[in-house]
Amino acid sequence: MTTMPGHAAAGHWGDELIQRDRDMQPPAFTPDYKTSVLRSPRIPLWSLQSSLSEVTGPVFTPQELGPLDHDLVLNYAQSGEPIGERTIVHGFVRDGNGRGVAGALVEVWQANAGGRYRHRNDTYLAPIDPNFGGCGRMLTDERGYYIFRTVKPGAYPFRNRVNSWRPAHIHFSLSGQAFGQRLITQMYFEGDPLIPHDQILATVPNPADRDRLVARLDLDAAVPLDSLAYRFDMVLRGRRQTVFENRMQGG
Amino acid sequence: MSRMSNTGPDALGYWPETPSQTAGPYVHIGLIPHQAGFEIFEDNFSNVLTKPETKGERIRIEGRILDGTGAPTRDILVEIWQANAAGRYAHPADRQPGKDTDPAFRGWGRTGTDFQTGLYAFDTIKPGPVEGRHGRPMAPHINLWFASRGMNIGLSTRLYFDDEAELNAQDAVLNLVDPPSRRATLLARREQRDGLVAYVFDIHFQGPNETVFFDV
Repeated sequence: MTTMPGHAAAGHWGDELIQRDRDMQPPAFTPDYKTSVLRSPRIPLWSLQSSLSEVTGPVFTPQELGPLDHDLVLNYAQSGEPIGERTIVHGFVRDGNGRGVAGALVEVWQANAGGRYRHRNDTYLAPIDPNFGGCGRMLTDERGYYIFRTVKPGAYPFRNRVNSWRPAHIHFSLSGQAFGQRLITQMYFEGDPLIPHDQILATVPNPADRDRLVARLDLDAAVPLDSLAYRFDMVLRGRRQTVFENRMQGG
Repeated sequence: MSRMSNTGPDALGYWPETPSQTAGPYVHIGLIPHQAGFEIFEDNFSNVLTKPETKGERIRIEGRILDGTGAPTRDILVEIWQANAAGRYAHPADRQPGKDTDPAFRGWGRTGTDFQTGLYAFDTIKPGPVEGRHGRPMAPHINLWFASRGMNIGLSTRLYFDDEAELNAQDAVLNLVDPPSRRATLLARREQRDGLVAYVFDIHFQGPNETVFFDV
């Protein structure tokens, strides 16, 4: 096999990320979500073609996670189980080529059933649940599948306008196979009447793209007499398939 | 309605990326719970990248992240990703010949700006140069990623070292930045204190010293 300059690094088959669709993603500056105004750059981002720095990323192992890390019903239970609707959330993490992303680190955090976070900065008057931490983490399997159990979070007010409320949601953090795929998002629940009023979901320009953040009720995955279930699939950026360079390598 | 999928490929077979949303003010719960004020996981991801047997020069990276009024922020998630001392990433896509992985170095860390001081810090090693596109060397650098309340999508930048003037002058990414005066926003300042080498790297979201952020 001929070694071409640069082929040991990026420029090799599949070693470039497909560019991010900035028209689909929320812009940094969205004045209706007021906090964004002072935290958004004013100068356009510099566009970089992928190098090894972007197409590589941290690798996580199951040994780093505990056996209850993906069970929010039990992972902070002290005197009993948390209050709330017992809920399973599951789905696939795929890449932009439709392939399941194996070994992706999926981290989740949320308010309790009353809409209160276990966080020193959250002063909402709904009570802390002594048996609920509100965070969990897991790795996707070889198909890109993940599953965790929790209680459904409550809606809560936030300081944006005087009477702004967040729909029930779960925060998701995804670390895939490349640092350039890094993504944080939020999952909402089908049928929540607050969804059309949310100034944070509205930062996503296109309503059809917002709808991709709304998990569907999945009765077939519910556990009868135990837990409801919701299905939430996510997609990370894919890799370019640079066929020409593959051929040039003499394969 | 409830049985209809809301994800899938477009007409050419590509699956559109999931939309990003802000990490919110309580990002610490999920990603750095000890900073939120409680312990839940046995193993926590941290801002210490080194082990005693890690190869390379020990350095500390630290700085503040300033908002559009110049005020230090105190709730921002910071992650870094870097090569080891030999200039190799701990990842299977890195096939650079002649550079070994270091089993004692993953090259990834995570922290938040401090609720009181606004400072973030990492204890790590100085990375070696990595081969860039078309075989051209990249100057040693660390990749940073930020997410927080008020940020609808994570921001990416690179930290370069101000004592690597020769390699920096040849770096394709640094040389791309225009006007050249903005390149200084990507340089961390080396300081020596009590036997510790620290590189100070402040981030400015806006203003005359607005940091160069990359669409990677």
